[in-house]
Amino acid sequence: MTSLTLIYTGLYYFAAIVLIAGVAYRIVEYSRTPAPLKIPTTPAPTTGAGVAMRMAREVVLFESLFKSNKWIWVFGWMFHVGLALVLLRHVRYFQEPMWFVIEFVQPYGTYASFMMVAGLLGLWARRFLVDRVRYISTPSDHLMLALLVAIGVSGMMMTFVSHTDIVALKAFTLGLVTFDWQPLPSDGPLLVHLALVALLMIIFPISKLLHAPGIFFSPTRNQVDNPRETRSIAPWAAAAERK
Amino acid sequence: MAVPEFEVPKLTEYTEVPKINPGVMAHVKTFPAAEASQTFLGYPWALTDDWQERAIDKMGDLLGKYRSLRVFMDACVHCGACTDKCHYFLGTADPKNMPVARQDLMRQVYRRYFTIPGKIAPWLVGAKDLSKEILDDWYNYYHQCSECRRCSVYCPYGIDTAEVTMAGREILNTIGMGQKYSSEILTKVQKIGNNLGLPGPALEDTLLGLEEDIELDTGVPVKIPLDVKGSEILLVTPSADFFSEPHVESLIGYAKVFHAAGASWTLSTHASEAGNFGLFNGNYETMRKVAMRIRDAALELGVKRIIVGECGHAWRVAYSFWNTLTGIGFGGNDPFSIELQQQLDHRYKQPMHICEYTWDLIQKGTLKFDKSLNDDRVITFHDSCNVARGSRMGEEPGDQFTIPRNVIMAVANNFHDMAPETIGEGTFCCGGGGGVLTDDLIEVRVKGALPRMNAFNNVVQADGVNFLALICAICKAQFTKVIPYYGFDRSMVGGVHQLVSTAIKLD
Ligand code: HEM
Ligand code: HEM
Ligand code: SF4
Ligand code: SF4
Repeated sequence: MTSLTLIYTGLYYFAAIVLIAGVAYRIVEYSRTPAPLKIPTTPAPTTGAGVAMRMAREVVLFESLFKSNKWIWVFGWMFHVGLALVLLRHVRYFQEPMWFVIEFVQPYGTYASFMMVAGLLGLWARRFLVDRVRYISTPSDHLMLALLVAIGVSGMMMTFVSHTDIVALKAFTLGLVTFDWQPLPSDGPLLVHLALVALLMIIFPISKLLHAPGIFFSPTRNQVDNPRETRSIAPWAAAAERK
Repeated sequence: MAVPEFEVPKLTEYTEVPKINPGVMAHVKTFPAAEASQTFLGYPWALTDDWQERAIDKMGDLLGKYRSLRVFMDACVHCGACTDKCHYFLGTADPKNMPVARQDLMRQVYRRYFTIPGKIAPWLVGAKDLSKEILDDWYNYYHQCSECRRCSVYCPYGIDTAEVTMAGREILNTIGMGQKYSSEILTKVQKIGNNLGLPGPALEDTLLGLEEDIELDTGVPVKIPLDVKGSEILLVTPSADFFSEPHVESLIGYAKVFHAAGASWTLSTHASEAGNFGLFNGNYETMRKVAMRIRDAALELGVKRIIVGECGHAWRVAYSFWNTLTGIGFGGNDPFSIELQQQLDHRYKQPMHICEYTWDLIQKGTLKFDKSLNDDRVITFHDSCNVARGSRMGEEPGDQFTIPRNVIMAVANNFHDMAPETIGEGTFCCGGGGGVLTDDLIEVRVKGALPRMNAFNNVVQADGVNFLALICAICKAQFTKVIPYYGFDRSMVGGVHQLVSTAIKLD
């Protein structure tokens, strides 16, 4: 095995562990932190099923954002839907044989990359053009967008400009999953693409990308509006009550 | 009206989003709390020597106790969707009044002390050491937030800046930087029984006087009972209802409704305040202590129902938190809540809002009105933020918007809503909620009222509206004070039950 393969193999195990352990840690931390008071933003659903619907609308349609700002919604939704399709298309690198959906999404995934990158550029433009958004932007906000654009563009280079050896790559990625390590093709765009993706995986659990798990734990969105009918009390508050 | 030392914003047809103007509101400092009240509440009253350590410890404590704070600190992506949603930003143009920037005042410190990137590369993620300058920013800008939750409606993750403001104020209190206004009110309510510090005998006198006034006015002996054991209903209402104008007109309205319904009801000296400023300061224990007065009074008087008068934040605490804090509600399975819940009448919602009560009676046909008595009024209704976004009435989500309007339309002929994006869940705060209703913050209050005033002015111009109907004691006090700055007459401000009072037929 070449040292290049060795480095990327090591990098990907490291990144995968950080991502999985990190996100798992966050999820445990969020779920262990009590929500002592009922604070859904009302009008809120009065049943658990209603809350599931509300959450689904937030995650799939970005409902609140739609009410809020149409430009952010358009760009944000383009980016995320594009990203979702691209990621679905990428599942093929880790499956043999492939599920039907993954096969089905292949042609769309290619063009979704344009949607994803266009959305990102739109969001980025706002960080320069809108004075309020410029004021709140930190360097990390810009770098996060730069990172995602670079991942997208390096991927598109391979799709549309200089193809990489997909068969060999797939052997490499499947090898990672099955612990049967295979050499990695060494084209520039692929190496860049993969290095940036690993970086993204590593920073995921310590950055604002936590909005993805975070939204499911947001008390203003995930609570049922029934405080007159049910009594809820956090463990630390109950302990104080008994004193 | 005194001449203001600041420029009152001009009314415009639409509330335009201003260009940011950094630092324009940095000079506004609410008066600091003094020794007596802070000591009573268990806080230091001057900046402690170990303020930095203490503040970080407190932040860690709150992060561990409140999922809201924990998730909100991490989840914000700086998308900017909330930046034009706060009435204080719209009215002042100070960028630190943008919800996300207000959160960032805390987030910069959170990142520095509680996250890996903030520890190793603070410049990258905007993390900062907690400094005296940051404390000053906290003190200034956490008292320019009325905890109205408008931002949380529009944030894609529901990030509620009110939760951050509450945490910020609690940390400030812990290191000796409390606010005079809230601190004194929380002391009075616990020592005397209400926010205004009105002692029992004075309350009794006031109520007797009101009974005389009503009888003179209507010829009907409507009673306002106090501390009557064995009554069916305990009415808990903001103490401003006892003698502030126009609040008292609504109190008279409740009394007339109870009279017309033949209800057995009482007020309580011990619980002569529905308001609970514990909410504003993010201290669970204080909020609970203040709320416990209601439970104690209910047990003491043996009432079967608890009804809450016109007050926004009080209704949020009552509706959303009383069951948790005091067991007022249903569904408890511990001895503490069962003790009270078996006393309460399960056929009714507990607690119940006075508008729910009146609307029920109207639907049953128990109350009779002469709507024409309100014909000199052209009415609009302001949804109070805590009712709109922090609680509910009735059975269905959104009944908190329809029920008060239904009551108004049942007692009056002329009603016009303000622009849809300024009412309902998107309602603009009056500008005086959340512990901001104090003269030392008048500039914040006047400027923060701008979006509401613009929407109001539009219906005044277009529909001839001359009455702003409210269901909140803070809204009433705020608007009577602030509306003249915008060229309106303070007699335009009143309560929903004031309208009920005008039109109700008594016999
Ligand atoms: C449950 C899944 C997710 C949901 C519901 C979600 C939702 C959102 C929403 C509503 C926004 C704000 C609007 C916008 O700027 O687009 C946002 C921003 C963002 N999301 Fe997600 N997201 C999810 C997953 C992800 C993932 C997996 C990534 C990255 C790999 C990601 C990256 C971003 C970035 C970088 C931004 C900030 C864009 C900017 O700088 O303006 N999101 N997300
Ligand atoms: C281990 C993970 C990944 C591997 C092995 C990988 C590999 C590849 C390969 C080989 C291509 C070229 C496809 C072709 O020639 O048809 C590609 C394209 C692309 N990749 Fe990735 N990628 C990974 C992760 C990601 C991630 C996390 C993102 C997004 C954040 C991303 C975004 C893209 C985009 C936008 C394209 C172009 C559109 C397309 O062909 O789907 N990739 N990737
Ligand atoms: S809670 Fe209300 S006052 Fe506070 S930041 Fe949000 S919109 Fe502004
Ligand atoms: S809308 Fe929410 S996520 Fe977006 S900047 Fe405001 S608080 Fe942050």
